[in-house]
Amino acid sequence: MADFLALHLGLPLTWATLVAIILKILVITVPLLIAMAMMTYMERKVLAAIQLRQGPILVGPFGLLQPFADGLKLMTKETIIPAGANRAVFLVAPMITFILALVAWAVIPFGEGLVLSDINVGVLYLFAISSLGVYGIIMSGWASNSKYAFLGGLRSAAQMVSYEVSIGFVIITVLLCVGSLNLSDIVRAQTHLWFCIPLFPMFVVFFISALAETNRAPFDLPEGESELVGGFHTEYSAMTFALFFLGEYISMLLMSGMTSILFLGGWQPFPFLGFIPGPLNLIIKICLLMFVFIWVRGTLPRYRYDQLMRLGWKVFLPFSLVWVILTSGFLVYFDKLPH
Amino acid sequence: MAWLDRTARGLFMTELVKGFALTFSYMFKPRVTLNYPYERSPLSPRFRGEHALRRYPNGEERCIACKLCEAVCPALAITIEAEPREDGSRRTTRYDIDMTKCIYCGLCQEACPVDAIVEGPNIEFATETREELFYNKEKLLANGDRWEPLLAANIAADAPYR
Repeated sequence: MADFLALHLGLPLTWATLVAIILKILVITVPLLIAMAMMTYMERKVLAAIQLRQGPILVGPFGLLQPFADGLKLMTKETIIPAGANRAVFLVAPMITFILALVAWAVIPFGEGLVLSDINVGVLYLFAISSLGVYGIIMSGWASNSKYAFLGGLRSAAQMVSYEVSIGFVIITVLLCVGSLNLSDIVRAQTHLWFCIPLFPMFVVFFISALAETNRAPFDLPEGESELVGGFHTEYSAMTFALFFLGEYISMLLMSGMTSILFLGGWQPFPFLGFIPGPLNLIIKICLLMFVFIWVRGTLPRYRYDQLMRLGWKVFLPFSLVWVILTSGFLVYFDKLPH
Repeated sequence: MAWLDRTARGLFMTELVKGFALTFSYMFKPRVTLNYPYERSPLSPRFRGEHALRRYPNGEERCIACKLCEAVCPALAITIEAEPREDGSRRTTRYDIDMTKCIYCGLCQEACPVDAIVEGPNIEFATETREELFYNKEKLLANGDRWEPLLAANIAADAPYR
């Protein structure tokens, strides 16, 4: 692409490379942000349908422009910084959350070769980035200088750290079956059989942990309205809040993307639906998983904090550990380890 | 056995699946939303909304200043002053209702012997200032003129039950 630009636009090669990189980034982030906007719309519509309501209907056809109206509203509002807040950290925290949520998409393969950076440690990179997400939350909770934000931030951090452990073991089971940390290789390994079939329990554990990792219902204790107001983003307003909001939804999309890549065969076509092009398959899978995210929110009541920790440490951790041992034992005994 | 039963239920998440099936089935049920400004639910003829002072068809106001409404009003929201008009008939010179005090009990319209003060079907009379809710005689008579067809229809519809 850089060569193409250098040839046809007469740019020096270094500049052409830079332009090419920026274009590639935009090609991923712009649709991502639009997808995030549509996600909020879909969430409101699906929740409304479950509760026999209508959801947004007034802005645009079927209320489709509602998220953009909301975005405009957030942009025009005043950014309030509490008097006791640590200004620098207060402002940096939402940026960290947002940037980390976006940065992770660099390694997501949308199709055969359709990936921004095809690094060999893709899974590790994703894992690292999603772990770093805790920083934004802890910093915002601390810098707000408010008891609600502080407690919310602490809860959120504890919860994300706890569930990362079981997510790690789930990823290890998948990696045992693939023999590579490259996300494209993981998808290619599922050409004949999606991992959600042989590793179904792990698929469920991963999805539930993803809910906890993104602070979604039924694990949305960090922002439990009845006790903590808004959790770590209680004190945030306008664009600083919008960045948290964007970051949260993009990391939900990312978790859905990770689930589809690890268990639902990424860009591999659906059975009997081979005519759908690769990237569209991944998008459909992400949409389906996002629907499940919302469906869960419409169905389940919030967990109590000790129940949440019990589920993470005393159920998921031993369960996924046993599955790691079972899977590796199976692979070694039947000599099916990938080479 | 009870332990086994409970563990099996937990492991296979039967309750979760049932719950999810239920919420999914609700997605295809008809909505119960009423788009209020565009759609409205039907109102009973007895509905007690905003007050109005009615007139006779010839334009003469009905109120004869008997002050029964003022006497019966439990919230003391009505203030009436009266004196004979030039033609000798007894009329109000002042008829005020403090809408911030009114509890919409409907006793004033029950007490009225000539169906002059009534509570109409209007519910959309929110104002931006408190003072606008201190209704005087002109405002109440204007309300009566505005809503007369509906008010008359409501009284006629309720008449057989009185």
